[in-house]
Amino acid sequence: MVVRVQAKDFDLGKEISALTAGRSDIGAIISFSGLVRDMAGDQPVFVMELEHYPGMTEKALEKIEAEANARWELQASLIIHRYGPLPAGANIVLVVTASPHRQAAFESAEFIMDFLKSRAPFWKKETGETGGKWVDARDTDEDALNKW
Amino acid sequence: MQVLYFAWLRERIGIPKEQVETSAATVADLVAELRLREERYALAFSDMAAVKVAVDQEIVDLNAPLAGVREVAFFPPMTGG
Repeated sequence: MVVRVQAKDFDLGKEISALTAGRSDIGAIISFSGLVRDMAGDQPVFVMELEHYPGMTEKALEKIEAEANARWELQASLIIHRYGPLPAGANIVLVVTASPHRQAAFESAEFIMDFLKSRAPFWKKETGETGGKWVDARDTDEDALNKW
Repeated sequence: MQVLYFAWLRERIGIPKEQVETSAATVADLVAELRLREERYALAFSDMAAVKVAVDQEIVDLNAPLAGVREVAFFPPMTGG
């Protein structure tokens, strides 16, 4: 179980190689990457500023990851979440889960993302042509937690 | 105790954190005290339905007690991922 909160970018291929290096027991790996979209509705987005709560962020992510590991038989899990100003097209978040069979890896990756959306202390501000705007939380993100 | 503000609460109040001397018993009491300080606080805390609170880095509700607490943070609903 690994959690990293960082300003710098990550490389999906390198992260998966590091996770599987020297082992042959893993049967399934799922990765989810979240990226900065260049549009919010019909408004262009140039930069997304990600603010977070150092200390609480790591704790919240570790709690979500531990909960996923308690619910599913995972052989490895990784969460990387970036902060700071991120241009359109940049990576924001990476979730990787590994299990002997695919179902646990699929389900746990979705679980982690659903909780990360509304339980990890990050706030997004989109900057486009008309200045900056804080992104509102979506009711659908809160609703997504009910299915677990 | 240390009081932290994030996202638009930080912008409205104008500072990311401050040391607050208070005898407030609960988070709600602290919010009431802060509101009385200045207009910028009253504005930031005008709609508490839009504000979340963490006490010592755990999410709590407004009637959470403050005895022994070192850090209180106010922020809008989170938008991670």
